[in-house]
Amino acid sequence: MKTNWKQITFLAAAIGFGACMFAANADATDWGKYQVGEHRSGYTYMTDESRAMQNDNFQNPGMLWVEQGAELWAKVDGKAGKSCASCHGESGDSMKGVAARYPVYDQNLGKLQDLEQQINYCLETRMETKPYKWESDEMLSMTTFVSYQSLGMPVNVKVDGPAAAAFEKGKAFYYERRGQLDMACKHCHEDNAGGIIRANTLTQGQGNGFPTYRLKWQKVGSLQRRFRGCNNEVRAKPYPYGSEEYTNLELYVKWRGQGLPIEAPSVRN
Amino acid sequence: MPKLTILVSAAAAVLLLAGSVSADGLVKYKVADNAIQQSLTGKAGDAAEGEKTFTNRKLGNCLACHQVTALAREPFHGEIGPSLDGVAGRYSEAQLRMQVVNAKVINPDTIMPAFYRTDGLHRVLDNFKDKPMLTPEQVEDVVAYLKTLK
Ligand code: HEC
Ligand code: HEC
Repeated sequence: MKTNWKQITFLAAAIGFGACMFAANADATDWGKYQVGEHRSGYTYMTDESRAMQNDNFQNPGMLWVEQGAELWAKVDGKAGKSCASCHGESGDSMKGVAARYPVYDQNLGKLQDLEQQINYCLETRMETKPYKWESDEMLSMTTFVSYQSLGMPVNVKVDGPAAAAFEKGKAFYYERRGQLDMACKHCHEDNAGGIIRANTLTQGQGNGFPTYRLKWQKVGSLQRRFRGCNNEVRAKPYPYGSEEYTNLELYVKWRGQGLPIEAPSVRN
Repeated sequence: MPKLTILVSAAAAVLLLAGSVSADGLVKYKVADNAIQQSLTGKAGDAAEGEKTFTNRKLGNCLACHQVTALAREPFHGEIGPSLDGVAGRYSEAQLRMQVVNAKVINPDTIMPAFYRTDGLHRVLDNFKDKPMLTPEQVEDVVAYLKTLK
């Protein structure tokens, strides 16, 4: 049956039937910085309205989280009597490039550390206060503020050396089928990017836009929230926020978009 | 003695074919040449019911990936899989049954879910654990519906 289907598609394309689909695959649009080699940001698959919303800071609803994050950044909290600004400076400039290179392998902790985990590490050990809950307003505000400092910078995660083992595990996860629907990430985002599943256009599932303002969520959300959503979609048990599995997957997914610009807060459908 | 063996194995074969159940609780079926000849229920399915199962988003949800011109009234036909117009002319009933039961037998790398399978799955959500996506009746109904797509 597989061969038949291939032959049929080929024939259909040959007689001009699938001409539109073909044209869509070999998209000739120049996406500028939003495409690097084969890597295409989710931005390139969105509607013009969503793109316009993302491009304009006054229209982009995600900017609200950047503003809230700026306030938290300067707020003294905890037994040490410090704010983020006490150690990292008032402006947030010192955070330039952080979102582009995270998650990173932390030599001292001996593990892969993503942005949320690093923020909580600072809160607990340097400020001596309570960590933020993963998908809380505080955490989303802080990650969006920090990521925004890298706006436009190319994703550049390190996947060799001590990060190699985590990278390999993340990659294995990406290709492993799961759930009652028995699908791997690659079935939707590698084999069928650009294809339509029900009413959705599948993208390459890139991580460069996170935290993203998703119209469906009506708020910003983390990359791991997206992983949980995609796992649930195929009726697979999601992993907890901050789990090693998802942190490894973050590294691998970010690497699949190496060179794409950080777009936080992006706007997605 | 040889007669007896034949009798016993014939009896076993009859038992097998009469919808006996395997260790995972599913009806046993036999695959030959990427096809399943026998109905999972021993009966023909109901095409009208099959159309409902096919379009229902919680059951077949087949339109998530396929297009069917006869179902143009239903919104949002996906384009991940081929159009199923004329599919009855391209495949036998037995091949269609195989494709629905477990498309991976035909194409191990396919994105299409197996609709009658519970083994070899990984991290299935508790509500769906050890349950096939469709019942044997629903599979046969969908196969009957596919046979109307001439
Ligand atoms: C059944 C199909 C399907 C599977 C399997 C799937 N996803 Fe998705 N994913 C979607 C859809 C639909 C969207 C929303 C449209 C889009 O961005 O592709 C999405 C969006 C995403 C996004 C957001 C992209 C952006 O630019 O905002 C990421 C990241 C992502 N998926 C990662 C994954 C990972 C990692 C896995 C595996 C753990 C996975 N997906 C499995 C369907 C799927
Ligand atoms: C997530 C995507 C997806 C879903 C859901 C899906 N299919 Fe498919 N289907 C495919 C793909 C892709 C193919 C192409 C061959 C292959 O990869 O197995 C296919 C092939 C087929 C074929 C063979 C068509 C041909 O011309 O070669 C039939 C018949 C079929 N599917 C029926 C169904 C039915 C019935 C359902 C629902 C009960 C269904 N499919 C659900 C993706 C899907």
